Amino acid sequence: MSVSPGEKALNYIILTLFSLFALFPIITIVLTALGPQLGVAESGPHWHNIVDAWNEGSFGPALLRSLLVALLVVPVALVLSILAGYAFGTMRFRGSTALFYLFLFGMMVPAEAIIIPLFYDFRDFGLTDTIWAIALPQMAQSIAFGTFWMRAQFRAMPANLIEAAAIDGTNSMGTLWRVMAPPAIPSIATVSVLMFMWTWNEFLIPLVMSPGAAWRTAPLGLSVFKGQYTADGALIAAAGIIIATPIVLVFLALQRYFISGMLEGAAKE
Amino acid sequence: MKNRKGRERPSAVVRSGVTPYLYLLPALLVYGAFLLYPVARTAQFSLYDWPGFGPSTFVGFDNYLALLDDGRFLAAIGNALYLILFYSILPLVVGLVLAAILRRGQVRGMGVYRVLIFLPQVIALVVVAVAWRQIYTPRGTLNQMLGLIGVESDIGWLGEPNLALTAVGIIGFWLETGLVMLLLLAGMNRIPNDLYEASRLDGAGPIREFFAITLPAVKGEISTALVLTIIAALKTFDLIYMTTSGGPGSATTVPAYEVYNRAFQLKQIGSASALAIVLTVLVFIINVFVSRIGEERRVAGR
Repeated sequence: MSVSPGEKALNYIILTLFSLFALFPIITIVLTALGPQLGVAESGPHWHNIVDAWNEGSFGPALLRSLLVALLVVPVALVLSILAGYAFGTMRFRGSTALFYLFLFGMMVPAEAIIIPLFYDFRDFGLTDTIWAIALPQMAQSIAFGTFWMRAQFRAMPANLIEAAAIDGTNSMGTLWRVMAPPAIPSIATVSVLMFMWTWNEFLIPLVMSPGAAWRTAPLGLSVFKGQYTADGALIAAAGIIIATPIVLVFLALQRYFISGMLEGAAKE
Repeated sequence: MKNRKGRERPSAVVRSGVTPYLYLLPALLVYGAFLLYPVARTAQFSLYDWPGFGPSTFVGFDNYLALLDDGRFLAAIGNALYLILFYSILPLVVGLVLAAILRRGQVRGMGVYRVLIFLPQVIALVVVAVAWRQIYTPRGTLNQMLGLIGVESDIGWLGEPNLALTAVGIIGFWLETGLVMLLLLAGMNRIPNDLYEASRLDGAGPIREFFAITLPAVKGEISTALVLTIIAALKTFDLIYMTTSGGPGSATTVPAYEVYNRAFQLKQIGSASALAIVLTVLVFIINVFVSRIGEERRVAGR
């Protein structure tokens, strides 16, 4: 295939311009974070802003809470989604279409439509301000998407894989973990990264379900911090960097894997 | 939803009986208890007048009827529809161009561009809000850049009633374009190279090639991208909460923000629940509508 040099140059210009647009807010927040704090005159990168924000906003504990929530949500949601996706993707049973639409429905329900009774019902059980109040609703959301995703992956696998296993006398659970799961590992990895990202970045659910500070996750910590230091753009930006960095690092480390997983996985839907 | 019609579901495990249901049960329990049941409870709450404590009064559909001439609610719906332009339509147009370039253009460093353009999707919306506030403040990056080209401006872009919603919309465009591009690229990667080879032998330029080959092949992905981004536009909450709190006045309020504000600030649980149900129904209708269009076109195109 050949593309004329003129067109090629134009392509690079368009892609580069748009990449700069994508990077522009990120560069802004980094420069702001390293700029002088309120009332500081000297220039030069102020790396200690990050340390100051870390200490003053107690982001250590907040990041730990975010991590614990994610470690509870992602593995459970993942295993339950694989089991359910396996049933939908490879088995015939009465009511499977209706049940599948039930799961699809969950992907469309905005968090706003569940958060009000969740708060009042959890409060009646004395469960607000616990990890469960934050993790369980997010688990349900991730299961809706995860089931949908895993069903697509298992359906796209060659039927003779299962037939061969059935002939060998492998039971259905063995077939799932020994025959079906290994080739699906890239798409399982993709959906795990997605679930991790969503859980880490979730804002409304911890905002409402943890009215005290007991389970204030990292994004919520940023919002509170912003309220306290409204005028100090440098500190707020530094706090923003603290929260975004872990997830950006995960993404950059796994991007090759993740983006190709998205490209292939999305094509199977 | 793209079903491959006429394709049989793998049928090797025809073991009838309870096995499939046992696999579904754990997921269904968690999903039912913490998603389906709360939705039903929200629908129930929407029929009552309740300040969050004490006794509640059954009011039938009064909360819904009250929304009909509720200025803030109507403003929120109007704003959400306007945001769809920035969250869905613009990213679709730009995403198509970017994906087509990446598919056809033999671009070196394609992986780097993909990562950079997708990066906004990864960052927490609260952090995105902090970054864009810094851009939009009176002494922020945007006004500084305008100063460089000789335009003096000290506008607070998020504080102007006429500009604020567009300013939020641009954040949405920045957020969603990478996702749309990646989805479209997934579809375009399935187009066999021979098709492009053939069209180039015929002397087709990039524009003709795009409309003759690329666009028809990604109709399904277009409808998926529209569904995802329209939902994102309709459930925008974090961004509004962190940038404008719906203001100035009701200039940037959206349904999701109104639900939160009514339920947890104003303690109008009934009204908030009715609004949440309306929002869900709206998302549902748009979803069904857009995926129908996608599927019909796919069938018609064959």
